Amino acid sequence: MTLTAEHRKAQQVRRLNKPDPAARSRGGQRFLLVGLVLASAYSLFPVWWLLVAATKNRTGLYQSNGLWFSGMHLWENLRQVFTYENGIFLRWTANSFLYAGVGSLGGTLIALATGYGLARFEFPGRGAVFACVVGSFLIPIALLTLPLYLMFSKIGLVDTPWAMLIPCLINPFSVYLAKVYTEATVPFELLEAARLDGAGELRIFFSIVLRMMTTGGATVFLLAFVNTWNAFFLPLTVLRGEKNWTLNIGLYNWTGKRLESGVDLTSLVLTGALLSIVPMAVMMVAMRRYWRTGVTLGALK
Amino acid sequence: MIRSQRWKGAAFTVPFQLGFVFLYLIPIGYAVYESLFVEHQSGLGLGGSTEKFSGLDNYQQGLTDSAFMNSVLRVVLFACVQIPVMLLVSLLLALFLDALSSKAAGRFRILLLVPYMIPGVVAAIVWINLYSPDVGPLTPLGKVFGLSWNFFAPSMVWPSIGNLLTWHGIGYNMVIIYAALQGVPRDLFEAARLDGASEFQVALSIKIPYVRGALVLTGMLSIIQMLQIFNEPALFRNVTPQTVDDSFTPIMVIYNQAFNAGNYHYAAALSVLLALVLGLASFLFYRLTAKEAD
Repeated sequence: MTLTAEHRKAQQVRRLNKPDPAARSRGGQRFLLVGLVLASAYSLFPVWWLLVAATKNRTGLYQSNGLWFSGMHLWENLRQVFTYENGIFLRWTANSFLYAGVGSLGGTLIALATGYGLARFEFPGRGAVFACVVGSFLIPIALLTLPLYLMFSKIGLVDTPWAMLIPCLINPFSVYLAKVYTEATVPFELLEAARLDGAGELRIFFSIVLRMMTTGGATVFLLAFVNTWNAFFLPLTVLRGEKNWTLNIGLYNWTGKRLESGVDLTSLVLTGALLSIVPMAVMMVAMRRYWRTGVTLGALK
Repeated sequence: MIRSQRWKGAAFTVPFQLGFVFLYLIPIGYAVYESLFVEHQSGLGLGGSTEKFSGLDNYQQGLTDSAFMNSVLRVVLFACVQIPVMLLVSLLLALFLDALSSKAAGRFRILLLVPYMIPGVVAAIVWINLYSPDVGPLTPLGKVFGLSWNFFAPSMVWPSIGNLLTWHGIGYNMVIIYAALQGVPRDLFEAARLDGASEFQVALSIKIPYVRGALVLTGMLSIIQMLQIFNEPALFRNVTPQTVDDSFTPIMVIYNQAFNAGNYHYAAALSVLLALVLGLASFLFYRLTAKEAD
């Protein structure tokens, strides 16, 4: 709020100070608006195209103008997507929700506990743990995924949901965010007061800290969820059979069918792609307050 | 802090530490260990295979493997063009937003963030179809202007991928830079304007230096991401395998060695090499940007 007020005031001052306010600022503003409108059009037109394409049948897709409707075949396409190969698409959707939902929930709890421990306690090895967190940002995904695949295949976890869920539990970026949030929201004095009242450390964490961290926790969860939903290399590597695939891997496989076996699934792929955006979009819009602060806070610290 | 309390604090981090050991340290150690061996097929390959310690042979092979080295060179060159372009566009848009009223800025910000909501694989699928000569609108559009462009031609694949990544990435980078711009003390601008500085000068000599930190951070994240690029070329390969071969990027080479050639030892060595390249690139970038600050 103060920021907006300051901003407005600054703009007023800006206008007053200009030698030729009307001409200069109007021309400038028009230039900015044109630039931003063009950039917005660039951002939106592929999504618009996808939306339109999902309502077309094969003929419409190949022969009509891509940016406008031709016939309404959305329901037909949806039915096809959901019934193709005995409804495998639904199974992939459920898998994506399972991995992203359960994996991120577990990962977020572990991250919050770790972030709290790092931010509010002094203990030997604290610096080393934090160094691991930051250092892990530089590790290429292949260096982790290949040996994980070999290890998981030795203990029979490859091609089971565990192969996706277990790696999701440990997310260094979540830990980093959780530490930043703890520092910003959990005051030392409060913890001291609770200790003087005789509360145990676990109780303090579960009934005080976690409650104060709902906003931070929601952001950590949201970002982890998006990350897992979007994951590609890990599921491609550790999930071999199609019944355990995620939406991403399924759609990837469908795009390859045309050259592999001559089956053109373009229509299915596009409708499926549109469907796989829906949960992401709903979640991001519903929780926009959280991820906006999360993205920027995490980036600026 | 009381001694017992310290240990209780450490206990909160124990689940993470254990997980980190099992999911990060042991796998990395295992990959390094595996990279030191080669597999020998006995006889006709019927009697199983034996592993033999080979020291750094796999690394030596990797450094002289033209497919791998070319793929590294390819992504490094790509990153050198792609990252500055993407960050420049993001910075420009952030500066534009910053000059608007906060209400208008909020509206544009949401529109520009729409691509960020789209999963990367889906973004690639959408753009591949936009590029497609069969279903995409870009080919007929080109004809209107007398252009017969082929987005999957060898010389166009990287620009095509670059455009897709820029489309997908500007929203996120813009938000980070915009947030940093919001933190610039406004009276600095007023002082400069009173001294007769133009808007352009204000942006160039006050705003941009002020958001250097955000630029360095987004640059660093982009480098790490670009050198490991895999999803987009893998999807392009599904439609145009002639141009995007199976060793187009380093991660594709590694994936192929591991899962198509079954050569885990060599793949492990290549992933260690890639980690070193990544570390070196980040270090150079950090040194370069730190020097400019002095």
